[in-house]
Amino acid sequence: MATDATAGARGGTPRPAATAATGATGATGATGATIAPREYSPSEMMVVTAARELRDGEVVFVGIGLPNLACNLARATHAPRLVLIYESGAVGAVPDRLPVSIGDPSLVTGARMVAAMADVFQYILQNGRIEVGFLGAAQIDRWGNINTTVVGPYDAPSVRLPGSGGAAEIATHARRTIVVSKLSRRAFPEAVDFVTSPGHAYHGVRRAAPSLPGGGPLKVITDRGVLEPDPATGELVLTALYPGIAAADVARDVGWPLRWPTPLPTVDPPPAEHIRLLRERLDPDHLFLKG
Amino acid sequence: MSMRDAIARFVHDGDTVVIEGFTHLISFAAGHEIIRQRRRDLTLCRLTPDLIYDQMIAAGCARKLVFSWAGNPGAGSLHAFRRAVERPPRDTSARRARAPAAPLEIEEYSHFGMVARFAAGAARLPFWPLRDYAATDLPVANPRIAAVTCPYTGERLATVPALNPDVTIIHAQRADPDGDTQMWGLLGVQKEAAFASRHVVVVVEELVDEAVIRADPNRTVVPGFIVDAVVVEPWGAHPSYAQGYYDRDNAFYVAWEGISRDPARLTDYLDTQVYGVPDRAAYLRLTPGLEDRLRAGRRMCAGVNYGY
Repeated sequence: MATDATAGARGGTPRPAATAATGATGATGATGATIAPREYSPSEMMVVTAARELRDGEVVFVGIGLPNLACNLARATHAPRLVLIYESGAVGAVPDRLPVSIGDPSLVTGARMVAAMADVFQYILQNGRIEVGFLGAAQIDRWGNINTTVVGPYDAPSVRLPGSGGAAEIATHARRTIVVSKLSRRAFPEAVDFVTSPGHAYHGVRRAAPSLPGGGPLKVITDRGVLEPDPATGELVLTALYPGIAAADVARDVGWPLRWPTPLPTVDPPPAEHIRLLRERLDPDHLFLKG
Repeated sequence: MSMRDAIARFVHDGDTVVIEGFTHLISFAAGHEIIRQRRRDLTLCRLTPDLIYDQMIAAGCARKLVFSWAGNPGAGSLHAFRRAVERPPRDTSARRARAPAAPLEIEEYSHFGMVARFAAGAARLPFWPLRDYAATDLPVANPRIAAVTCPYTGERLATVPALNPDVTIIHAQRADPDGDTQMWGLLGVQKEAAFASRHVVVVVEELVDEAVIRADPNRTVVPGFIVDAVVVEPWGAHPSYAQGYYDRDNAFYVAWEGISRDPARLTDYLDTQVYGVPDRAAYLRLTPGLEDRLRAGRRMCAGVNYGY
């Protein structure tokens, strides 16, 4: 169990406080046999790991893509009373098809409420009602700062990304922000090109209320393991590996000297039933579960 | 009023124009008519520029874009927008291969920032405070994001300036001849954008009798007394959607990735689907079977008792 993975931190890394991602029997509940690494894809492992972060009854701000799959997997398994809120205004959404966009009409049909966007951002998010916010990241850096705006200089970018959308305020206000992003040197630099959404330290200053009331990115779920901020410094450290992965496999694609505690826990492989749900019901056309 | 007359009368070169609708109820019919009438130097504002502003940028209508998320929702990029703002390194083949694009000025917020700008505009206040943007680069990129000290608590709060467009165009399910407008499903920032604007054009799937509106007044989002023109344009939001009328054309959103990536294909799209047709009815005739493919199923709700 992850909570035992304490001492012997490499380079004196303290163990991050929150370790729910690595529950041996944990958040997933009793759902039958697990399966071997070659029988599921890295994307599927990311979705299953993200789903385990969610507790029944929580209020979750959902993004499109893998986060949406994670939330709907959790709703179909251990968290039937999860409240899904989309920034488009759908509250308590129960989509019966995979929404391609965050404003899909299937999010409205059967929802508990449709809120105007002014109400979503002021009365729900800024009000502190969101427990978990999901974000993707084109880049995330050593301090958990997230870039979805530009690659290169802002005034002359080599790649123009979409921008914040609701991400800046989600990372500001959600009690826990969970980031889902595949590992690569480009995606995990020492410092992002542009801070779209706040992490744990900005130009050396740690995040603090009241201007940053939420917890910030407390879990970074990658395709090889999970990173969490060191509570003492805010630096992202490796806290769990997926089955069959070594810490060096993660470290080589991270742009800073990655630290981790020893022993390093391994995340449980996905239950076969969850993989079946993902493939047959939640993303039957493999729109988001390609790799 | 016809769409042609409404655009001719309420959209002028150099105007600040808002076509709102968050994924839902985006008036592509109005955007296409603005392109056909060759408006220039517009400041286009929307949370999500979506395909409609990508098309208007490609057609040369825009001088400036004010926005908070510029992607193709669920499907990729807005490549006309990207060509206008990206600057690849000098002397690379990528730069040489790139079609010359008119420079586009941008002014960027987050969704909450844009919502707050419309809220300030609708309330005729000069700015709106919000707890946002601390420890981000957004205020560095956009100096119009400022801060104020709360006179009651001493807290520093971010501020955004009011947005008061010259004209806001919103699509809705139905309105009466006076412009009392009802919509359901995702409501986006339609109400705030309409109240913030100097002029309001409402485009509807159906014109209904005043009695239909009066039977269900809680569903009215925009009252007729702020509306300048009502345009009846069935399927006017396609490839966006109208809840209860037709589904989002996700296949077209996915196809836009390839169309917008290739300037020649994008030009061909504008020539055939926009310049090549006089109005929305002719646009719909270009794609036989469209209505049957996307027409909404039925999920009726029960009525409520307004009696006393």
